[in-house]
Amino acid sequence: MTTRPLAARPAHRRAPARPRGARGLAGWLFVIPALAFYAVFVLRPIALTFQYSMYEWNGIGPSTWVGMANYGRVFTDPDLFDSLINAFQLIVFFSAIPVVLGLAIAATIRRIATSRLAFVARTVLFLPQVIPLVAAGIAWSWLLASTGVINQLLSLIGLGGVTRAWLGDFGTALPAVGMIGAWVLLGLCTLLLLAGMSKIDPSLYEAARLDGAGAWREFVSITVPSLRQEIAVCVTVTVIAALASFDIIYIATQGGPGNTTMVPGLQIFYLAFSEREVGTASALAVVLMLLVIACALPIQWFAKDGNR
Amino acid sequence: MTISRREAWTGRLLLIVLMAVTLLPFLSLFVTALHPSGTYPAGLAWPDDPQWGNFPRAFEAANMVALLTSSTLIVLGVVPISILLGTMAGFAIGHLRVIGARVVFLLFVLGLTLPFEGIITPLYYQIRDMGLLNTRWAIILPLIGLFMPFSVFWMRAHFVNMPGELSESARIDGANVWQLFRRIHVPLAMPAISSLAILLFLWTWNQFLLAIVLVDDPAKRTMSGALGAFQGQWGTDIPLLCAGSLLILTPTLAIFLIFQRHFVKALLQGSLKG
Repeated sequence: MTTRPLAARPAHRRAPARPRGARGLAGWLFVIPALAFYAVFVLRPIALTFQYSMYEWNGIGPSTWVGMANYGRVFTDPDLFDSLINAFQLIVFFSAIPVVLGLAIAATIRRIATSRLAFVARTVLFLPQVIPLVAAGIAWSWLLASTGVINQLLSLIGLGGVTRAWLGDFGTALPAVGMIGAWVLLGLCTLLLLAGMSKIDPSLYEAARLDGAGAWREFVSITVPSLRQEIAVCVTVTVIAALASFDIIYIATQGGPGNTTMVPGLQIFYLAFSEREVGTASALAVVLMLLVIACALPIQWFAKDGNR
Repeated sequence: MTISRREAWTGRLLLIVLMAVTLLPFLSLFVTALHPSGTYPAGLAWPDDPQWGNFPRAFEAANMVALLTSSTLIVLGVVPISILLGTMAGFAIGHLRVIGARVVFLLFVLGLTLPFEGIITPLYYQIRDMGLLNTRWAIILPLIGLFMPFSVFWMRAHFVNMPGELSESARIDGANVWQLFRRIHVPLAMPAISSLAILLFLWTWNQFLLAIVLVDDPAKRTMSGALGAFQGQWGTDIPLLCAGSLLILTPTLAIFLIFQRHFVKALLQGSLKG
């Protein structure tokens, strides 16, 4: 399986021969239907989000122009600003844990990547990617409940003192939600990194062994640099999953207790559809969209640099 | 390559632990589902008297037949159209290189990382004005639009690598653009198309946000949206909720296990390109 550069760059090859008119009207007839759906159901709503964000509107009555006031609120109202902070804290769990742990695991199981056990593991580790996040949320809410399995296990190893309702505790709710995300994304990251490792030339490792390099040295000097692109992919996917998280939190905590697990996606949903503050919701939506792009782009550049 | 024994065993052990952690939530759902309904079972404990009857009860309570039908209808609406439109546009941008292809492509790529929450508010009012709220079209039509960036991106990546000689010989045979597309390029693109189909199926089936915002009636939602409603309704009856969750998971799991090789391949490729 060949992997292509992430944001594929335009190929500068000799233009192939095409039927007459294919670059003009005839060709455009192939693009227009896709573009039409995209314009009506994505581009127009994006433009409207920007427009709504400048107004105060309850969704029914007349709207008033308020300029950038809604953005001011996003960055000054603690309820709204905290949701952005929470999203960034979730990155630690959604990205850092799966990528770092995934690297460690993939490096350890690299040598047995072709065994029967590894084949079974590939299927099992993908399960969290296949099931709806809602189901993951339900299952984990129960695991993390006061009578759940996590507490049972903790008591078993003598840590009965720390047991609690993990998702209902002000101090632990956000990390607990983060662990659900880590569970969902760990398998994907491990398998992506493992697939990347299988493409590293084995002679590199042999040379390193001959030079007397230990496992750690091998990992730092060969494995990690060779996986630059795969790591960038994992980081991009997981950072976006953290910033735009919705399903898991909606199911597991609804943003509570208090506002401790509120994230922008959920806040937008509440503002727009419960509190009827469409303007503020839209301003937060714009901030979220820009944040995601601001985080995704540098990672792409970083990955591309390594290929040149 | 020499594999030291110790390394192999550490690897195996780690894999087994990792699989156990992955499977733990499923196991917990299953064991809990067998407890008498209305109770709060403590952790992982096999019940004295397994209540297999919880599954048929949950099947009734969740209205599974209606849910399956609804999700299937939505998938049938979204996936074929998305694939057709995405393949056509990918072909025109990647192979025909229509005038302005780079600009259009960039426009699509911009949407690749778009969080759905970003546009859900205007989308709601737009769908309301179109008179489509509470219909399956409210999920189908926006999803096609939202899937366009990835579909076009994915199919373009395939078509960009198709040699121009293919089209050359077809042109000599007098084929027009549509025939060239339909007879030569679509058959060759089947592997890329089937991976795309798997990914789109999964993302449609599991779509949650659009379902809960745009459709009130769980029987007209996707599986995921229906599961959310099921939790709201039966959230206090833990064993029944667990049984219902498992039932709602079963179709996805069954399809995954049948096509698992394709799924794993599609998901790995999908995230590498996405």
